[in-house]
Amino acid sequence: MARSKDRKAPEVSTGSMADIAFLLLIFFLVTTTIANDKGILMQLPPPPEEEIEVKLQERNIFKILANSNDQLLVENEPFTQPVSELRQMVKDHVLNFGKINDTEAVDLYNSLPASMKTQAKQDPESSDSPGDAIISFKANRGTSYELYIQVLDNLHAAYNEIYAERVGLTTQEFLELDQSEEIEERIYKQARLGIPKAISIAEPDK
Amino acid sequence: MSKFKKNSKASQDIPTAALPDIIFMLLFFFMVTTVMREQDILVKQLLPKADQLSKIQKKSLVSHIYIGEPKNVGVFGDEPRIQTNDVFVEPDELTLFVNQEKDKLSEAERDRITMALNIDSEVKMGIVSDVEQTLRKSNARKLLYKSLRAIKDD
Repeated sequence: MARSKDRKAPEVSTGSMADIAFLLLIFFLVTTTIANDKGILMQLPPPPEEEIEVKLQERNIFKILANSNDQLLVENEPFTQPVSELRQMVKDHVLNFGKINDTEAVDLYNSLPASMKTQAKQDPESSDSPGDAIISFKANRGTSYELYIQVLDNLHAAYNEIYAERVGLTTQEFLELDQSEEIEERIYKQARLGIPKAISIAEPDK
Repeated sequence: MSKFKKNSKASQDIPTAALPDIIFMLLFFFMVTTVMREQDILVKQLLPKADQLSKIQKKSLVSHIYIGEPKNVGVFGDEPRIQTNDVFVEPDELTLFVNQEKDKLSEAERDRITMALNIDSEVKMGIVSDVEQTLRKSNARKLLYKSLRAIKDD
């Protein structure tokens, strides 16, 4: 309006702007590596100070051994099925109530949802209660890391399936619970109450 | 036909004025998410597959250790080696690395340091357990076995 009719405002040509942006875009597209910090979390025990003898009932321990040929020995028997079959065996072991006369175990049993009560067996040969069950995994120095991760993954899967079912989530949803949120943390704690993730990884044989 | 001809007078150009904006938006996304690799990985890295993956909540607490067969077999041999930052180390030298990484963190966060183990799936457990024992002694006891999501084949 203030401008006179014959004077045009100086314009910067923006036609090549897209080209410049494209060039930069392609550069970043190529150099980007989207970091995926995902994996299996594990907490190591504190450094050994003195050997503490802990008496454990043999029946509470679910033993898995791996040798240098990547063969597995599960509960003292050679295991030739695919590693994923371990998951169900571990679940059965953990959800077993061998000693039902214990009040704590009875309370825990009553807190489980109906679908899990049917899964829970009462085999006196297996673990006393989910609180007592321990999974022990020992590898050899020659075992491949791939098998180690496969077994570890299935052990975690067994526990996570139990936890997830207990609070009525899918395993995936359970894994994605964000513990910095109060409500989600409460669900997480509720799922794990009374069933500790007792995975013991022994130092490999020489 | 005549019906269509009438309409064809209208301009058929797609307005491209917003194109730079779209491109810029993409550009900014990639600029922000890009993490420039500050180190060359000198070992083979074919991570194992698993599905019970957890995500790290706080990325600044993570330090990376790489284990695998050296890519340059002629110079470094074909035995699996441990790489931290840009150099190969022996398992018992890891304590130094852990302490350096801990120094970067604030006092309160030091105990929460997470060691991400990027281990090639062909590596044997021997060297892995040596690393674990050293980490245990140097009080970096939170580990993350880095792995990729397995694609279910059923």
